[in-house]
Amino acid sequence: MSAASASSGAGHDEVFDEHHWRSLGVDNVKLAFWTFLGSDCFFFASLIGTYMYYRGQSLVGPYPLDVFSVEVTSISTFVLLMSSFTMALAVLFSKTNRRGATVAMLLATAAMGATFVAFQMYEFAHFFHEGLTLQGNLFGSTFYTLTGFHGTHVALGVLWLLASTFWYVKGWIRGDEGIAIEVAGLYWHFVDIVWIVIFTVVYLMEFVR
Amino acid sequence: MSTAATNVAHHADVEHEEDNSLTSWLTTVDHKRIGKLYMFSALFFFALGGLEALLIRLQLMWPENHFISAQTYNEMFTMHATTMIFLSIMPLSAAFFNFLIPLQIGARDVAFPRLNALSYWLFLFGALFLNFSFFFSGLPDGGWFGYANMTLAKYSPGHSIDFWILGLAILGNSSMMAGFNFITTILNLRTPGMTMFRMPIFTWMSLVVQFLIVMSFPMITVGLLLMLFDRSFGTNFYFPPNGGDPLLWQHLFWLFGHPEVYILILPAMGIVSEILPVAARKPLFGAPFVIFSGIMIGFVGFGVWSHHMFTTGLGPVADAAFSTTTMLIAVPTAVKIFNWIATLWGGKIRFTVPAVFAITFVFLFTIGGLSGVMHASPPVDLQQQDSYFIVAHFHYVLVGGAFTGLMSGVYFYWPKMFGRYLDERAGWISWVLLFIGINLTFFPMHFLGAMGMPRRTWQYPVGAGYDMWNMVATVGSWFIAVGFLVTLASAVANAFFGKGKKAPADPWDAATLEWSIASPPPHYNFKKLPTVASDRPYWDEKHEGGPAVSQEVIAVDAPSHVEMPPPSWWPLGQALFQGGFFAAFLIGGGTGQFDADRFMIQLPIQLLLAAGMLYCMFGWIREDARPR
Repeated sequence: MSAASASSGAGHDEVFDEHHWRSLGVDNVKLAFWTFLGSDCFFFASLIGTYMYYRGQSLVGPYPLDVFSVEVTSISTFVLLMSSFTMALAVLFSKTNRRGATVAMLLATAAMGATFVAFQMYEFAHFFHEGLTLQGNLFGSTFYTLTGFHGTHVALGVLWLLASTFWYVKGWIRGDEGIAIEVAGLYWHFVDIVWIVIFTVVYLMEFVR
Repeated sequence: MSTAATNVAHHADVEHEEDNSLTSWLTTVDHKRIGKLYMFSALFFFALGGLEALLIRLQLMWPENHFISAQTYNEMFTMHATTMIFLSIMPLSAAFFNFLIPLQIGARDVAFPRLNALSYWLFLFGALFLNFSFFFSGLPDGGWFGYANMTLAKYSPGHSIDFWILGLAILGNSSMMAGFNFITTILNLRTPGMTMFRMPIFTWMSLVVQFLIVMSFPMITVGLLLMLFDRSFGTNFYFPPNGGDPLLWQHLFWLFGHPEVYILILPAMGIVSEILPVAARKPLFGAPFVIFSGIMIGFVGFGVWSHHMFTTGLGPVADAAFSTTTMLIAVPTAVKIFNWIATLWGGKIRFTVPAVFAITFVFLFTIGGLSGVMHASPPVDLQQQDSYFIVAHFHYVLVGGAFTGLMSGVYFYWPKMFGRYLDERAGWISWVLLFIGINLTFFPMHFLGAMGMPRRTWQYPVGAGYDMWNMVATVGSWFIAVGFLVTLASAVANAFFGKGKKAPADPWDAATLEWSIASPPPHYNFKKLPTVASDRPYWDEKHEGGPAVSQEVIAVDAPSHVEMPPPSWWPLGQALFQGGFFAAFLIGGGTGQFDADRFMIQLPIQLLLAAGMLYCMFGWIREDARPR
């Protein structure tokens, strides 16, 4: 960082460092990323809304209860939720520069994310085998679209985590300075929270009678 | 910045000659240059959209005319609306967001200069892509609202609707990224002392607009994706025989579409709120009310979408609720109008060209607002739906309102952007022609609508009684065309051929920070960032003995330690790959069913383009001078 353009505003005595000046005291990337997450909420709200709008409206089967295995999906859900825990640890360790532990936690998070995606691919293949297609009925159209977009978010998150690990090892990003890992964590937790909503709305509600 | 080597040449103290090479424009990350790019793109597309409007008016000049075919007519009204909304008014607003926001809040650039460049290139890609449809399968013809299920593959075969869907998705992508950028800029890069309520009104209205953009565009993105899936993969979202409901599209579209109306008008309201106080030599009357009205318009704007759908039969409860919210939103709008009038009241008004355009905005927008609030009543709306009365209404708010407001901004800020005044005589001629033209074209449409003439109609029968007012409207449209061309010619002569009187830093004796620096502003904007102590810092310095903010007083030399972001190729590269990724959906699209053969061509191409995007992202991050 360059020396501040040491300037004091009219009537101000403290040295004003314009490169570090942030009106809200928050990092720009973090602020922009929160805005993005807010925006992505509307994206998922629209998809979930579409799912709800068409829930129970399929003219032909297979219907949700014909294909769902809540046990299998509960396992993958558990794995994804636990990955939020390791993600939080990764951010925590990176703050205090515990590099080995940070890398381990980042890789563990990525691995759990990948496991979730693998479960989803298995689930899609299984459902397809059972006759549930993207085109066959409204349930198929809405289910694959909603969970597919969520799965894509998770997959991109895994790529991001792996890239972050690589950059972290290379020393391009740091945890004690800057917020690259923290922002990756924000994304990861967001994707997790969205899944909690999807799991409830799509899977659990089918078993509420 | 750590990788200082690449930045040495961009230290602001190097007073280099203005570099106007093509490379410098393709790689620019300077918010002022990006603003100019937006402005000229918008003016170009305004001319294109205007041409489409002229063809529509020529077709409607006589009853049972055969000037253009019904198919061409559909394409013209679809592309006229799409062009004017997404390729003219939004980018013209974006030109002002880009150019003005950093200057008004006392910043050197936006928070993410390269992201800003990416937004522009993606916009340009989307705009050209949308229009390239012309060379493949004809222009889109589904209306700007693209109602399902008319736009599904069964009823709109071919690729033109796919061009429309993907073009809009790309443009939305561009707008959302700009939204994240501007929200961060406004909230976080304000100069010391620039509290939220000392921010200029234009910046405030821009902030509201950015929030509307980042919240509403995801919803149409989903709507468009579902339509794309219906057309490309044979899903059933909007296809009734398989249980789909076309109303879902209307909900998703208008959930976006109504906030979009405020996305179009609020920037113009902000600009007018800047110009009227300067013209009247008074502070804006009740500025906090204007700000909170803008915020309230933004909030309530999300709760009125179904007033576009009264005729779909949503039931009395929904109708009553949306009728109430729609009437409610007239309140903050009226508050603003009264504030503008009160600002002018008792002022020593200087009738400059921008001032007259701004006053015209208030007048014409009020007419459009009054006809708008009529549609809030469902029984009235049932009569007016899809008639020319609606066309009259939204042209008064969008042409008489948004366009006129933005024109006042063009005349007002041109000296700041280019260092020379726009020709005043041309401005007056343009204003007279536009004022006559707008009223001559759009006022008779009220009568036509009341007489029952439907909108989006290719022909009307002889003896229907529509002849005279249609002729009047067609004549009026040529006034608008010539009026706009006068301004366009004057702008081109000014920017590219050096015509026009040199302008000082503060040509209008204005109040806000952007006027306290040179015209045009230097690359780094402020020699030294000012410390602000009021909402009219520059005015207070000049006239009220307030603390100094102007550069002649607080800083003499160009800054030597300010590092401006270096130019970059990554935004342009990223835009090409990202736009291409969307465009590749065309390969498998348009058949209404999943075509495995075509999909197997599309998929590898998209994977390749995605790899290109990743490559650009990595390059972008590596280039980042400030690793985070």
